[in-house]
Amino acid sequence: MKQKKKMTSTGFLLLITIALFIVMYVAGMVIFADKGFAKPQMFLNLFVSNAGLLVISCGLTIVMITGGIDISVGSVTALVCMVMADLMENKGASAYVAVLVALGIGLLFGIVQGFLVTYMGIQPFIVTLAGMFFGRGLTAIISTDMIAIKNELFLKWANFRFYMPFGSTNKKGKFIPAYIPPTVVIALIVVILCAILLKYRKFGRKLYAIGGNKQSALMMGLDVKKTMFKAYVLDGFLAGLGGFLFCLNSCAGFVEQAKGLEMDAISSAVIGGTLLSGGVGTPIGTMFGVLIKGTISSLITAQGTLSSWWVRIVLSALLCFFIVIQSVLASAKKKK
Amino acid sequence: MNKDKLKKITGARLFLPIICLIAVLLINVIKTPDFFNISVRNGVLYGYIIDVINRASELVILAVGMTLVTAASGGQDISVGAVMAVAAAVCCQILSGGQASVTQYQNSIILAVVAALLAAALCGAFNGLLVARLHIQPMVATLILYTAGRGIAQLVTNGQITYIRVDSYKMAGGYIGKCPIPTPIFFAIATVVVVALILKKTALGLYVESVGINGKAARLVGLNSTMIKFLTYVICGVLAGIAGIVASSRIYSADANNIGLNLEMDAILAVALGGNFLGGGKFSLVGSVIGAYTIQALTTTLYAMNVKADQLPVYKAIVVIIIVTLQSEVFKKFIAGLKSKKASGAVAEGGQKA
Repeated sequence: MKQKKKMTSTGFLLLITIALFIVMYVAGMVIFADKGFAKPQMFLNLFVSNAGLLVISCGLTIVMITGGIDISVGSVTALVCMVMADLMENKGASAYVAVLVALGIGLLFGIVQGFLVTYMGIQPFIVTLAGMFFGRGLTAIISTDMIAIKNELFLKWANFRFYMPFGSTNKKGKFIPAYIPPTVVIALIVVILCAILLKYRKFGRKLYAIGGNKQSALMMGLDVKKTMFKAYVLDGFLAGLGGFLFCLNSCAGFVEQAKGLEMDAISSAVIGGTLLSGGVGTPIGTMFGVLIKGTISSLITAQGTLSSWWVRIVLSALLCFFIVIQSVLASAKKKK
Repeated sequence: MNKDKLKKITGARLFLPIICLIAVLLINVIKTPDFFNISVRNGVLYGYIIDVINRASELVILAVGMTLVTAASGGQDISVGAVMAVAAAVCCQILSGGQASVTQYQNSIILAVVAALLAAALCGAFNGLLVARLHIQPMVATLILYTAGRGIAQLVTNGQITYIRVDSYKMAGGYIGKCPIPTPIFFAIATVVVVALILKKTALGLYVESVGINGKAARLVGLNSTMIKFLTYVICGVLAGIAGIVASSRIYSADANNIGLNLEMDAILAVALGGNFLGGGKFSLVGSVIGAYTIQALTTTLYAMNVKADQLPVYKAIVVIIIVTLQSEVFKKFIAGLKSKKASGAVAEGGQKA
């Protein structure tokens, strides 16, 4: 007896997301044909400019699957960038040390926040809200001026390019290969590793079980607290790594950096099919969420006359739309 | 007997907030002995303490709204700062008729204020709809306006700072005529009194608490939980609107980027400091108001210690974490465990002696 494969609401949400991304991108190709939306490089740029966000969103997805949330990621990014810039420019540290410190900061945030959330039982939102203000304030304490990074090794990393076998031809008919910087490679590796971790490893399956129903996960004998703590630590680490990638893009540290990044990351995850109530979500879906965010920004940039505020507004509207769909789907499921 | 009395005092709801306020004030008095001195300069009251009470006005207004939202929905509205910016933008834009700087009103002030409050109420209603009707966690729902709100305010003002250089507009954030007391203080007092009266005279206060303690049970006894939650968000929105107008009147302009910046954190902190449990349920309006003044006193103290505005959040974040940790169940159990251990230890010792 073959059962007809039912469309789950998860798959449905992911499908909407992918379709939305394709529609938006194709619309961009048609409307802004002269802006080069059809060029492969334009597509790759979606990854290039959002590599940091991609890694951060993956971390956030893991936390959100357990039913938690982390809104400190934007501030952690700013702090990481500032610390790296300060270490390399003012303290004379090498780029390797700076990277290690960056990852350490992320890890520390993850450990402290994870401890407060899981072992002290405080609402994740309050903890990470405090983390968000703490990180931003600490950035300001280090320096209120912008520090540009001029470290040779760091700039070498930032400007390194992997050239692709494909590309586009310019007006003179010369072939220009498409390229990606190392940040994209790291980000994609993180996405794949996270996807494997969540899908095929014990730890990942535990996360879904806890997010689906904490009580039954506990009764099944899962170590709920330890697993959730690990999720926050992993999220913190990825926020640190994302901050490093972000820094490779901006090559500077300043207080206002990455403001609102937490919103971008949360909306990317939600648009990518992660349920706010936990238990559902995939890094691949989140990746498409990030791509949609990237497409919105490049569409608005291409349009030219709209102010950059519109990116946030459109993204918020989209987030709102997906939250409403989730809520409707959830209530429909209950009625069944 | 004495011990019981002490326990009664320390166990009171308002014990913690009042102790905090006294502690902050004490630090101030030690650092600046003339902290409580009030003098009259140019016909208005002048002094540190007046400054603290004056500056805290917006925060008090926000804290009142935040208390209700927290009590009813067990979550916080983090969009209040952005809603302030929206209200200020709408108000100033109508008054200026679209120009960047005006020296007289282009439209009536009543129209502007009503429109601003309506806009704020609309923001509140949007949050309320998401939280109460669609059951989205309050903080995620309000996160939408937290980010989009300032963008909307920018759109309203066309990305510029709108100046209203009219003396009567400066009144709300300054002084009315020859009255020596700053006007924002009156706004704060009026808000607290009106909301307190509404809660006392109608059953709304009780309803809010019961919905916060157990929404399902409240619905089963016939309360419209959804409506009550929704209402608290609308009230919170309107109060944020009032705070926004006061804030914009202080600087006689609408600065979409800076009005109410980081105030949501202060408002949540005020509620927590006031002895209110952030998970909802019973609440104390007076506690939140005391909390708000405490925070403003703390802010002023930190400024006096040469801490820059950008760096303030670090200290506030630490205070928040300490408070919520003290409030958390795990910590309470831990303390209770210590106490019972001590008690049993004492009993054991007593037994040996006998």
